[in-house]
Amino acid sequence: MGLIVLAFTAGPVFAESTGAETSAIEAAKEELQININVVWTCVAAFLVFFMQAGFAMVETGFTQAKNAVNILMKNLMDFSIGTIAFFLIGFGLMFGVTNGLFGTTDFAIRNVLGDGEHWNYTFLIFQTVFAGTAATIVSGAMAGRTKFRAYLVYSVFICAFIYPIFGSWAWGSLLNGNGWLEKLNFCDFAGSSVVHSIGGWLGLAGAIMLGPRLGKYGPDKKPKAILGHNIPLAALGVFILWFGWFGFNPGSTTVGNGEIGRVAVTTNLAAAAGAIIAMIVSWLKGKKPDASMSLNGALAGLVAITAPCYTVTPMGALVIGSIAGAIVVLSVLFIDEVLKVDDPVGAVSVHGVCGLWGTLSCGLFNAEGVLVTGGSSTGLFYGGGFSQLGVQLVGAGTCFAWAFGLGLVLFYAIKKTVGLRATVEEELKGLDIGEHGMEAYSGFQIFTTT
Amino acid sequence: MKLIIAYIQPHKLQDVKKALYKAGVHKMSVTNALGCGEQHGYEESYRGIKFEVNLLKKVRLEIGVNEDFVKKTIDAIIEGAKTGKIGDGKIFVVDLPECIRIRTGDKGNAAIG
Repeated sequence: MGLIVLAFTAGPVFAESTGAETSAIEAAKEELQININVVWTCVAAFLVFFMQAGFAMVETGFTQAKNAVNILMKNLMDFSIGTIAFFLIGFGLMFGVTNGLFGTTDFAIRNVLGDGEHWNYTFLIFQTVFAGTAATIVSGAMAGRTKFRAYLVYSVFICAFIYPIFGSWAWGSLLNGNGWLEKLNFCDFAGSSVVHSIGGWLGLAGAIMLGPRLGKYGPDKKPKAILGHNIPLAALGVFILWFGWFGFNPGSTTVGNGEIGRVAVTTNLAAAAGAIIAMIVSWLKGKKPDASMSLNGALAGLVAITAPCYTVTPMGALVIGSIAGAIVVLSVLFIDEVLKVDDPVGAVSVHGVCGLWGTLSCGLFNAEGVLVTGGSSTGLFYGGGFSQLGVQLVGAGTCFAWAFGLGLVLFYAIKKTVGLRATVEEELKGLDIGEHGMEAYSGFQIFTTT
Repeated sequence: MKLIIAYIQPHKLQDVKKALYKAGVHKMSVTNALGCGEQHGYEESYRGIKFEVNLLKKVRLEIGVNEDFVKKTIDAIIEGAKTGKIGDGKIFVVDLPECIRIRTGDKGNAAIG
């Protein structure tokens, strides 16, 4: 009884002083959390930026020595041009207040120049490196035969229009937008579709419009191997990409808390499983464990887990990555031997096809109820029925139609204006001398084996 | 027996090989070579500074043949390597006094074929 009286008399006095203290502590905690979020998101953005180096090394290693300078220049320029195109136009289309189809505000983030917490700046740099990732995928699929000028034109269009408009449908609400796909509850956490499939399908359109490299298909239409000239560089590139992906996926939480570790685990498991399964499948099909396929397998796992990394269990990630490892090998062979599309580094298989698989896998493996993420998306295998899978199909299908369709139009237009393909002589001698007047390995003797 | 030595454009090697196979010549040695002839070099630039590349990359083919294969071989090399532009290369034919197959000790015409 005495206690109750005490509580009644002393209660309000206590509450007042602790209330002020508590709210000060709360405010400090909140500020601390915001700053941790900013630091983590920036670190993640810098990791994702480093993936540019990874792409550059993978593509250089998997293509011929005579085209090395050219592919490095493409990688440098698609990021540089893409950064500016995305800043000026893309960012507003993707994250501005939407008119239903695309954003119409926030171009060059001019509305937030005085933003005290600087979240918008952090968000811009994080989204810029993502746009750059989508852009740089395409150079691999078009390697060895594309006019440099044509590639520069393409670089403007992907980061200014193609990537951001699809992105606004799936991710617009991360800032001021609100896309129709996300309203359907489309699940693509870090961009299997938004980033990777967009790049992959554009690459497919480009490779089709270009036609195969000279000597890729014999008179009997059988594909011939045009060997990559530096597997150590390609392997370094894959490890750099794997490293960068720890920014790509865990960074997409944009929050500094335990979810970083959880998403890093799913990401890593899928990559490891992808590499192992791709090795096994290539071993079974070709009698030897193929290094280039195993390296592609790691990337395939990473691309596939990009959409579901936040919403699936570690076991789910293991299965998703494994399937991606098998898909990538079969897809590379299918595109090479059946479709007869020349994709020198396997970009269409890794990013397009495995991005598609990763997006669909959300509809199968999502388990947000089990993970207690706050969301409720549940896939077919966890008792959620077909609804999520249906939405994923709509999203992935839209992604294909948008990127592949627009890609064909864009590359056709480029073909008719600036020209798409290098001359025969330039292609045979190598684009390095023809386009850039420079060799990659001056002082080394490059043996002609073809 | 003759030794046929040809210097050709590296990017025509594939075509020359095809033409040689078609003519029934399946044996050859290929080495990389640098050389200059009538073709002037080309200009490269490095960090803004232009320089002339005078010695151009060529491929050197060596084929030892019996007399009845000399013309066929030469024709095939020309068929594969000719573009009509300066720089297509040259063919040298020299007498070959002896040829020995290391594995069997065969000599002369038997060893070459």
